[in-house]
Amino acid sequence: MVMRKRFKVVAAVSAVLLAVSACSQGSTTKQPDAGSSQSSGPAHIKIAYQQWGPGVVMKNFLTGVKAEYESANPGSTVEILPIVASENDYYTKLQLMMRSPNTAPDVVYEDTFLINSDITAGYLRPLDDYIKNWDQWSQFEDTAKGAAKALDGKTYGVPDGTDTRALWYNKQLFAKAGLPADWQPKTWDDVLNAARTIKQKVPGVTPLNVYSGKPMGEASAMQGFEMLLYGTKDTLYNNDQQKWVVGSQGFKDSLNFIKTVYTEGLGPSPKQALDPNMGSKVGTELLPGGKLAIALDGSWIYGNWQKTGAKPWPQWSTVMGQTAMPTQDGGGKGKVSLSGGWTWAIPAKSKNPDAAWNLIKTLQTQKNAAKYATDGAQIAVRKDVADDAGYKNSAKSTQFFTDLVSVTVYRPAYAEYPKVSNEIITAMEAVMTGQSSPDKAAKNYDEAVEGIVGKDKTTQGQ
Amino acid sequence: MTTTVAPTSAAPAPSGKTSGRSGKPRAAKLVRMVPLTPAIGLMLVFLAGPILYCVYAAFTNMALTGTGAANVKFVGLDNFRKAFNSGAFTNAIWLTLVFTLISAIIGQNTLGLGLALLMRKSTKVVRNFVGTAVIGAWVLPEVVAAYLLSAFFNDDGTLNVMLHAVGLPGQDWLYAAPIIAVSLANIWRGTAFSMLVYSAALSEIPKEIEESAEMDGASGARRLVFVTVPMISRAVMTNLMLITLQTLSVFGLIFAMTRGGPGTKSQTLPLYMYEQAFSFSQIGYGTAIALVMLAIGAVFSLIYLRGLNSEAA
Repeated sequence: MVMRKRFKVVAAVSAVLLAVSACSQGSTTKQPDAGSSQSSGPAHIKIAYQQWGPGVVMKNFLTGVKAEYESANPGSTVEILPIVASENDYYTKLQLMMRSPNTAPDVVYEDTFLINSDITAGYLRPLDDYIKNWDQWSQFEDTAKGAAKALDGKTYGVPDGTDTRALWYNKQLFAKAGLPADWQPKTWDDVLNAARTIKQKVPGVTPLNVYSGKPMGEASAMQGFEMLLYGTKDTLYNNDQQKWVVGSQGFKDSLNFIKTVYTEGLGPSPKQALDPNMGSKVGTELLPGGKLAIALDGSWIYGNWQKTGAKPWPQWSTVMGQTAMPTQDGGGKGKVSLSGGWTWAIPAKSKNPDAAWNLIKTLQTQKNAAKYATDGAQIAVRKDVADDAGYKNSAKSTQFFTDLVSVTVYRPAYAEYPKVSNEIITAMEAVMTGQSSPDKAAKNYDEAVEGIVGKDKTTQGQ
Repeated sequence: MTTTVAPTSAAPAPSGKTSGRSGKPRAAKLVRMVPLTPAIGLMLVFLAGPILYCVYAAFTNMALTGTGAANVKFVGLDNFRKAFNSGAFTNAIWLTLVFTLISAIIGQNTLGLGLALLMRKSTKVVRNFVGTAVIGAWVLPEVVAAYLLSAFFNDDGTLNVMLHAVGLPGQDWLYAAPIIAVSLANIWRGTAFSMLVYSAALSEIPKEIEESAEMDGASGARRLVFVTVPMISRAVMTNLMLITLQTLSVFGLIFAMTRGGPGTKSQTLPLYMYEQAFSFSQIGYGTAIALVMLAIGAVFSLIYLRGLNSEAA
């Protein structure tokens, strides 16, 4: 009798202890107290970036910066967190991580188009107090300083470069098709006709690639759709009225261009285009392998072909040419380019913001900034990097893409932009797979945008 | 000499037990519950907790980024209104019904029954071989199965090779008819469950009933329809309920094969939910769709339970 009672008591106590130990979670990293000044004590900080595809430029760059930081701050450690996710999955993963202090990294690689959206979500920390004591900030161009500035006037990131977009074309395939080596299309029809010529004269080669569909995420919206739309008389957002544009003819015309490319067989098969790996495939397989003649793509893809890149291709400067994407009918500025860029930001829930800022300063010393701008195929946003000899001589295409900065436009990077972008790529996918006509897809887009921003924040296009 | 001492001395022991019956067992019951508290606690936290959180989130504008991430606001039935007015949502419901009908109610059910019936009569070797093959397909990890079936249905894949070998035209199954392809894939994957359920149910049928029906002159087909199936009707209803609920929530198989595409041609409710909640960051809207799916599952269950009860009566 007594034994049974004792057994019950022991069993009950052990059960309660198990429950208590299961519920309390030890922290995975030993952090100093949140209240103490982190700059004086050693800190363990995490830096997160996107790792997608075979490239290792960022990984190597961060490994070098980590070594520099750790030797300058003995006792501190830097943990490099590659997030292996494509396009929009990377943004989702980063947002999920930034929601909790237990998982928030200390430095994140943040795309400029998400800045306002993530700030509204309360994920990022303003950096103005740090920046005003930083001597390097005066080197940044004004447009770059504005790229990381939110609507509340505070700066939330340090840009490490920008980019522009244009048409890359393979001069050897052009020669086979009888097209000029110095190609200068003036209208959309010029581009489509060149693609048709290639399809006829050089079978087995994809004539033109325009990113489209949901798997390629923001690349479809920006390199694909917006490069077309901003060449028409319409835009996504009316800055004077501060309203989003719906029902515009330019939107429908751009969707028609996509439909033409994919139904006439001028582009990759819809199935190929809907592969989330398409972005890295273009740069590492299709262009170097001579399987793609024209690519509507960004200034950075030659990074794949440098010695430090994923697919070193020394002949690229003679084989590949660049020309600006024309406007729809040659009017306006005649050329279209969009610019984006990435920044280093500090999450609001990071436990070591001071140490994180020290790491950002290390990432953006003049030497490191120039190194990444060169290896990472960026366009310089700092005056000293733009003057750096190593950067200037790194690639034949750098001057061409830097010149496009004078005509480039920026996305309406308001908090709702990511949601609007999702509706754009939904419309693109519906049109390229034949599920919807361009008119119907445009109408669905209009309704979706009215749902996102409210009908009073929309205005009819021309 | 006959004193009353002896009987009274014997009394206390039995009376002690009977008088304590009302008080002690209650305390004993509570003490017995104590070791269960960790299990109950875990279930409340990890099972009931997320479901309740889901119900809460469905009525808010919770999002992963933008407005709705920092200030979560209660929006009432807005998410549900948005869902029912959305063409994509209606498309997802339609595809889910098609997928469930083809792969579960028709496919797995009849194939499982057919296999169970045939295996009753086959030799031990055949039974073992078929059983292993079918169950093997079922226990494969979902992503592995999805890749195998992707390769099968691919443009250059096994199915097209087989069709070309007999002179039939092939097509790009995953692109042209994705919902059919994933339905066939799900039938391949899940038939084992139905087969096991029906094997067990059929083994319960006494042999005498079938033999007497045969002696009365019933042919094989009539025996099947009028004798065998009615005898296992409870198992049929239970099986249908289980596989319908399982099939409604199939996500990994379809995601790994087609990602819901091309466009939205194979975007069943779970995939639509994932896209809205994670790819498009709308947690509130995604959880509202999840609740609608819960309601659809409940409706199916009610139908089957009705069927079960009417059989039992």
